[in-house]
Amino acid sequence: MQYMLLIYSSVEAGPAEGTPAQDAMNAEYFAFSQKAMEAGVMQAGAPLQGVDTATTVRVRSGKRVVTDGPFAETKEHLLGYYLLDCADIDEANTWASQIPTATYGSIEVRPVLMIPGM
Amino acid sequence: MSIGPVPEALLRVVREEWRAVIATLVRDLRDLDLAEDAAQEAVVQALRTWPKTGAPDRPGAWLLTTARRKAIDRLRRDAQYAEKVQLLLASEERARVASSLRDPAEVHADRGDDEHRDHVGDDQLALIFACCHPALTTEAQVALTLRSLCGLTTNEIARAFFVPEATMAQRLVRAKRKLRDASVPFSVPEAADLTSRVDSVLIVVYLVFNEGYGASAGEHTIRGALCAEAIRLARLLARLLPDDAEVLGLLALLLLTEARRTARLDEFGDLVPLDEQDRDRWNAAMIQDGLAVLTRAAALQSPGPYQLQAAIAALHDLAPVADRTDWAAIATLYGELERRAPSPMISLNRSVAIAMADSPEAGLAHLERVDANDMAERHVYHVARAELLWRSGAFALALAAYDDALRLAPTGGERRFLTRRIAERRSSIDAGVERPDDQ
Repeated sequence: MQYMLLIYSSVEAGPAEGTPAQDAMNAEYFAFSQKAMEAGVMQAGAPLQGVDTATTVRVRSGKRVVTDGPFAETKEHLLGYYLLDCADIDEANTWASQIPTATYGSIEVRPVLMIPGM
Repeated sequence: MSIGPVPEALLRVVREEWRAVIATLVRDLRDLDLAEDAAQEAVVQALRTWPKTGAPDRPGAWLLTTARRKAIDRLRRDAQYAEKVQLLLASEERARVASSLRDPAEVHADRGDDEHRDHVGDDQLALIFACCHPALTTEAQVALTLRSLCGLTTNEIARAFFVPEATMAQRLVRAKRKLRDASVPFSVPEAADLTSRVDSVLIVVYLVFNEGYGASAGEHTIRGALCAEAIRLARLLARLLPDDAEVLGLLALLLLTEARRTARLDEFGDLVPLDEQDRDRWNAAMIQDGLAVLTRAAALQSPGPYQLQAAIAALHDLAPVADRTDWAAIATLYGELERRAPSPMISLNRSVAIAMADSPEAGLAHLERVDANDMAERHVYHVARAELLWRSGAFALALAAYDDALRLAPTGGERRFLTRRIAERRSSIDAGVERPDDQ
């Protein structure tokens, strides 16, 4: 079963840009991804650029409306994701707990809805 | 076709076999909803046919076989038909091989049954862990446990928790859907997670018991059933996890508390405080049972909050009269509990124990340290404050605290108890037995 692991945190909670702490965290992320690949669970995963780069698109009455900024103004932003193939939610949660951001942010674990033929 | 009156004995058999049947079906089907529907249909069929034919020799096996067939019928309409039917047929095959291996001439019949029971035990343990999975809200865990493990109907659970039946039905549907859609495993957790997962199971059992023991509103008869079910679950856990000291601690706590149940309410259903209870009405056999379980827990040398609470309950149970309660020991145990599992309720209880062991003033001093914000809306806080103030001679403050307690009391029984208490206190002031203070 595939699980989407959505990584949320406020920007201030993480290590600051260009600090040794951030280098250390990058190394932890690299190690985590490596481990997930070696275990054969990794389907996809990537960090996202900052929320200030976000654009929101809506189509209303057939017209495309593009606005600057994220869909919802919240303190916690989506920072990145992993798509993992796990046996069950316990395994997915175990992986989620090893994502570096889990120690100060939150990881939302969502099972992917599998539609036959898609 | 309607179901006629069903003999009580048959209903009891069904109740006893329910959990094992569900657990085995869930193992095979990995779908709690389907398992429950199939088991329910099998039960309906049993209640129709058994009164005519008599119950079969092995009612559990009969129910399981019938439920499997019902599940197959349902799955014929399902896209996953082929896969799930394979699982069921494989399980039937295993059962047949297992029973053919059991030669009554060579193997003592009991041994085969024990093996069967162990297997069923593992399935039930797996089901308990799934129902109490942290992916569900605690409310949903409690409801699902009562439905799937205890066989209570949705209507009974709704009445126990004082919510409309439709609300409870929806809560159960949502919980079962989440178990299925998020692939919550029906298995015993890995060793690394076992302790925290056992904790969440124990919380559910404890909540079921507390709800039954009368923490909040709800119907009386259903609440008694909740206590009985909590104890049954705790016994099952203690049998399946015999080396877990806190599992034993919880079982001991429930037994040592339940033993006082009948003396706890008077003939009008009103609460009788511990010091006024008729101790001859306490269940001596259950107390002995609880003490034995607590002794087994203590031997494992791994103390924890449930064992500490059980020890406190034991000290109350062992006092031949209220005056001879070992309050100093109880205060010490509450101190240890406060350290390990701090909560305003524990601090409140410790204040009362200190007041009894030492002086009302010492108790009040400790109560001052309880966070009043957390407790302002809990009637028990005001009851304890009122009692301690009264004993320390601050009568006017005590009466005001009794009024706060009465305003917040959640059940009719508690309100009647407090109304009576206030009347007694006022009349003792009027009679000049106690002189009002100047505060």
